[in-house]
Amino acid sequence: MEFGTFLWTTLGAMLTLAIFSFLYKDNPFYKFAEHLVVGVSAGYWAVILWHNGLVPNLFERLQDGDWYLLWLNSSRPWYLIPALLGVLMWTRFSKKYAWISRWPIAMYIGIATGVAIPLEMANRVNKQLYATMSNIHWSNFFGSGFLDTAAGYSEVIVFIGTIAGLIYFFFSKAHTGTFGVIAKVGIYILMIGFGASFGLTVMARISLFIQRIQFMHEDWALVAFDKTNPNYSGWFPAFFWLVALIVIGYIIKEFIIYLKNKDKPKPEKA
Amino acid sequence: MTNKQDTNIFNRMMSIDRRWVFLLLIVVCVTAYFLPFSVPILVEPEVAVIHEFIDTLPPGSIVFLAIDYDPASLAELHPMTYALLEQCFRRNLRVMCTALHPNGPSMAEAAFLAVADSCRLDKTYNGEFFPAREVVNGVDYCFLGYKPYPALVILGMGTNFRLPFPSDYYGTPLDSIPLMKGVQNYDQTACVVNISGTSGTEYWISYGQGRFNFPLALGVTGVMGAEYYPYLNSGQVFGYMAGMLGAAQYEKLADNPGKAIIAMKVQLYAHFLIIFFIIIGNIGFFMDKFKKNREGR
Amino acid sequence: MKRQIPIFLVFVFGVFMVFQYFSPHEASEWIYKFLMDWIYIIGIFAMALGIWSLIHVSYDKIKHKRHDWGYSVVTLAALFTMMFFGITGFNENGEWGFYFMTQEGLTNPMFRNFFNHILVPIETTMFSLLAFFIASAAYRAFRARNVLATMLLVSALIVMLRFNPYFGDTFGFYMNKTAAWLLNVPNMAAKRAILIGIGLGMVGTALKVILGIERGYMGKG
Repeated sequence: MEFGTFLWTTLGAMLTLAIFSFLYKDNPFYKFAEHLVVGVSAGYWAVILWHNGLVPNLFERLQDGDWYLLWLNSSRPWYLIPALLGVLMWTRFSKKYAWISRWPIAMYIGIATGVAIPLEMANRVNKQLYATMSNIHWSNFFGSGFLDTAAGYSEVIVFIGTIAGLIYFFFSKAHTGTFGVIAKVGIYILMIGFGASFGLTVMARISLFIQRIQFMHEDWALVAFDKTNPNYSGWFPAFFWLVALIVIGYIIKEFIIYLKNKDKPKPEKA
Repeated sequence: MTNKQDTNIFNRMMSIDRRWVFLLLIVVCVTAYFLPFSVPILVEPEVAVIHEFIDTLPPGSIVFLAIDYDPASLAELHPMTYALLEQCFRRNLRVMCTALHPNGPSMAEAAFLAVADSCRLDKTYNGEFFPAREVVNGVDYCFLGYKPYPALVILGMGTNFRLPFPSDYYGTPLDSIPLMKGVQNYDQTACVVNISGTSGTEYWISYGQGRFNFPLALGVTGVMGAEYYPYLNSGQVFGYMAGMLGAAQYEKLADNPGKAIIAMKVQLYAHFLIIFFIIIGNIGFFMDKFKKNREGR
Repeated sequence: MKRQIPIFLVFVFGVFMVFQYFSPHEASEWIYKFLMDWIYIIGIFAMALGIWSLIHVSYDKIKHKRHDWGYSVVTLAALFTMMFFGITGFNENGEWGFYFMTQEGLTNPMFRNFFNHILVPIETTMFSLLAFFIASAAYRAFRARNVLATMLLVSALIVMLRFNPYFGDTFGFYMNKTAAWLLNVPNMAAKRAILIGIGLGMVGTALKVILGIERGYMGKG
């Protein structure tokens, strides 16, 4: 790794620590990093939308025209229509003309809902219902081994669970009597589902933190002391220690403040 | 002010300051990370089927990789992308890629560059020797880039890739890219693998697989992990990997241990800690309830 | 005029798209291709609205010296720096310059560095904070108060412990089997019920939009 790249990685490490400082309390470092990322991210979007959007999909198609003729003389002038509709979107910023922006929005909504109806019906509803009902293998009801997912009883549970879950969400009828009993089964099944989701969410969130540990160790700290690196110089560990000292200094400062205020009565929380 | 009843041990068990929880989590994770041990990874069939599918494709087939995530879900999904890309390039498969999340293109690009670097070395995976090779943009892979409205882009690509993407990420017209010669739409691709941290997955299922019937495999974040089992069961999705565990399983299958396998050991102890806290909280809750009941009598 | 034309447009395009799905005639395919081609362009302009409104809000904050206005300077500076790097770069001959109509900016090393070393670390770390909040939330809220809460808790515990090597071969095997069964059977049934519910809801809403009953997309006025 070259020293320039290492400096960038060090910046990444500092920003990582700045964000983590939020766990202790909100502070200027965190706020700086937070606002920085909003700007960088929006700037990135702008560039991507320009280079991956407007240029290839619009400007290159109109490029054989002349701008002073508004590209009307290009070989594919019909691309001016979506461009015009797109520009009309911007009337949203005017109070007087904001209603014009409804036209392109209406066109988009029309297309999006139109394609959604048959596809969502087929893929989310029909295929799922079909899979729920057609897959029960009565001949293999008890399956093989412990808790077999392919066994008939599992498929019956899926069938009952799905119907019961749907009935739970049906609020047009009071959940009483037989209907109430089925709805009750439904909520039990749903709770198992939510529990599984929660377990996996815990795993997901933790892995994000682990990735940061890996980054700080493998991509930053190890690189700082990697003498096999052909570009290695004393500046690598120097920068590592510089950041480390800033962090340690910040912690000591906060600790001193804590010690000073320890004996003072805390303000009552509302 | 606090009275005597509020400060009993069970009450305190229920209300540890959250900063202690945070600190303990950091200590446990960092310690586990530096301890030299590994967790055995059990491979589930829904992950194995993806590896098997890609492994048995004839050389030269096109794998369509849809990278729909931003840095926020990089931790879980980058290992999947890396392992999968390396496997494709080692098997001499060609890869097409889109990034339909606005913050995604540069990450997909970084993955291609890193895997191309790794392919410059001789490696042995699962006992099979793979000589070093050069992975060339335009020949071995084609990176299409980003367009807004994923649902409509997926539909448009079913007609022709050139409809939403007249040129690739780097501005080269698709017609002048060697890989794209004769490639019109999904019919020329062997499968689509969607690695996603967004609702883009729903679109790939309904608007992509549902309309154009290509084999679709999913790699999703843990948060979305429980959601897509219905599609696996109904056959709309042929393979499925979820979260860091899914990524670790894929790394194990590909015999290409990376960040996910190392992460699993930390994951394990973090889970232990969280379960420990849940237990502490529940003991406090029940004992407090028990005590209050008795005093109430 | 202000409301009728949008309703009419939604109806026409919506009905056309539905029919196009069921009757892929040559003529309808032709129109379909055009519409698809156009919609991306409209979409880009719509996305740009978001960027513009960020600039507007930040500028407003600085102009009126609102609370924490200094950070808005950071946001704007970062935004314009990124844009600058995005339209500058080195061409094939290594010459630096402004490139508006070609994509040199995307391979500009500074553009990549800003993404890889500023955006990626901050965004990943911000989301990794959730690890701490979910740990604290699990500790505070996960109480076995009643049967339903207990089921939620047990199911979460099984999923969290499934790759545990300390259970030994036998118990570990059963634990894994249980977790896989739980995810593939009851969890799947629950998620399928939700999925079908959402699917029906979406189709219902889409129909209401096309028929002009649901007009929320138009906003007020």
